[in-house]
Amino acid sequence: MLKIENLHCELEDDSEVKILKGLSLTINPGEVHAIMGPNGSGKSTLSYVLSGRDGYEVTEGSATLEGEDLLDMEPEERAAAGLFLAFQYPVEIPGVGNMTFLRTAVNAQRKARGEEELSAGEFLKVVRAKAKELQIDADMLKRPVNVGFSGGEKKRNEILQMAMLEPKMCILDETDSGLDVDAMKLVSEGVNALRSPDRAFLVITHYQRLLDHIKPDVVHIMSEGRIIKTGGPELALEVENNGYADLLAEANA
Amino acid sequence: MMPRAKLKAQKQERAAELVRPLPQGGAWITRAREAALARWSEMGAPLKRDEYWKFTDPRALIAEGTATAAIQDTSDEAPMFDAFDRVKLVFVDGVFDAAASDALALEGVEIGLLEDAAKADLHWAKDIYGTLDARAQTPVERPLASFNTAYATQGVLIRVTGTPAKPISLIYRRSADGSDALLHHVIRVEAGAEVTLLEHGPLAARSNTVIEADIAEGATLHHIRSQGRDHARMGASHIFAQLGAKAQLKSFTLTVNGQLTRNEAQVWLDGADGSAHLAGASVGDGAFHADDTVFVAHNAPGCESRQVFKKVLRHGAVGVFQGKILVDRVAQKTDGYQISQALLLDEDAQFLAKPELEIYADDVKCSHGSTSGEIDATQLYYMRARGVPEAEAKMLLVLAFLAEALDEIADDALAGDLRDRLEAWLQRHK
Repeated sequence: MLKIENLHCELEDDSEVKILKGLSLTINPGEVHAIMGPNGSGKSTLSYVLSGRDGYEVTEGSATLEGEDLLDMEPEERAAAGLFLAFQYPVEIPGVGNMTFLRTAVNAQRKARGEEELSAGEFLKVVRAKAKELQIDADMLKRPVNVGFSGGEKKRNEILQMAMLEPKMCILDETDSGLDVDAMKLVSEGVNALRSPDRAFLVITHYQRLLDHIKPDVVHIMSEGRIIKTGGPELALEVENNGYADLLAEANA
Repeated sequence: MMPRAKLKAQKQERAAELVRPLPQGGAWITRAREAALARWSEMGAPLKRDEYWKFTDPRALIAEGTATAAIQDTSDEAPMFDAFDRVKLVFVDGVFDAAASDALALEGVEIGLLEDAAKADLHWAKDIYGTLDARAQTPVERPLASFNTAYATQGVLIRVTGTPAKPISLIYRRSADGSDALLHHVIRVEAGAEVTLLEHGPLAARSNTVIEADIAEGATLHHIRSQGRDHARMGASHIFAQLGAKAQLKSFTLTVNGQLTRNEAQVWLDGADGSAHLAGASVGDGAFHADDTVFVAHNAPGCESRQVFKKVLRHGAVGVFQGKILVDRVAQKTDGYQISQALLLDEDAQFLAKPELEIYADDVKCSHGSTSGEIDATQLYYMRARGVPEAEAKMLLVLAFLAEALDEIADDALAGDLRDRLEAWLQRHK
């Protein structure tokens, strides 16, 4: 599904700042991978580079989604190809209604893929059902995108977008940050409901806690722009108990 | 000579060059025209060196000879307000066209033409025509309005006594590339009455309009205006409105294209608990200069006012906002709000703003703000990351930016027509 090979990137404005330094990762359909790592290891940057945010210069390596070169595409083309990033900090857009935004996004992707656009009626039916599962009320759908939403509401809204867009490859960037226990459960249930044999997930997190709810198949430890260790779910527990120090020392040995 | 006196002399000299015989008319209007002409001659013509014209050069507005501007083909858009039942009054090149207009009849309203009323020796409009123009000459002079009052022969006189079932719609069309139009409308909304006045279309190659509105106690005037798409058109417009207790004014102006537009408004909240909302959305690409100069005076307690002006500019387009809220010492519990914002789509666009508050009462709430900025890169990225193409995302963000001004229109359906215009403009100027 997602194949990243030897990815290097630096800041566009300052080529001295190198963030990713040879990152490789392969995620197969149906798999859930988690990336953990200390602050500043480049986890969020990886999600930005994959989704096409401005400001980063890829200097080496490749990233493909089902064999297609992601790095060559505009952000909207990556989305239409099936990539989705749940933002760590969902963006507020005053003046644009949440529902309007969702419908525009869904139909833009369908159009890009050569599919029929959803009628207003069909769309409404689907969105209401999915919103209900995430305990998103009608008022939240009507309000401007993320404006005045609590931290938990913003994250639920991200998952609603994901559910509506039905991507193939979902990247969750610290979706657990700013969530209380109940909200985390709700969000995790939303994610788990989307798990399927032809969809893959990359979960970026600091904490094992989220991985109790969204059980990963593979856990990677990232440091200084590279994956330094890969293992099963037990690796996340090891980090939870011992921190990163041992792993970093081991990698540097 | 002192510089100020010298400027005054230059202004008067320029004004004198533009003086011509007054139009023929009955006693009431002749008095009003003579008084206006005297004001014009005394104040003098506006010049670039006037503080009040610092950001907008008035020369083209008073240049001699007939102005010309190519007529824009607008057949790519459905006619404005087409779906709405309304009384249509058509002006072609600034002259009333009876054949193209509906009968001047609407229950709850008296509608007349300035050209007819001017022939009479007495008319109800005598108390308003030129009176609000004269009142609007302090604290700043607006000589173009007095020039209009002196020489205008066209316009409508509307006296509202009830709540008419449909809006009065002034439709402006052009037939010739060269045209100068002076229109002067007078509106009296009697106590408790309510009316909607629509204006749309390109008035002339060059226009100077005045609306004098007297809104009595508990009365409401809704005013929605769209100024036409002609690129080379020029115009100065004036709205002068005085409001009684609990009276309401809601005025919205859409300015699309036009090389020079100066929209002035002066509103007096004279009675307690009145409300005045003035809003505007302007979009310009290239040779475009749009100036909103708005003055709201709170002369009574408990009144509320809003000024909401938004501009989207690019390729050298210039936006100007001069806005003032003046709160008299008796106007306690005033609630005033003023915002002017520009979205600059490139580095060539320019926004010049002069927001002012002048407050003499101590128990008031007044806020104002003025910003200019570009499209938010993070918002754009977020929308694109959800699959919305860049051009479409930008359009949604521009419309979102303009939304606060459009929200000032009370009727959602009418607002929808204006929103469609803006969307179409944005499509054409991607």
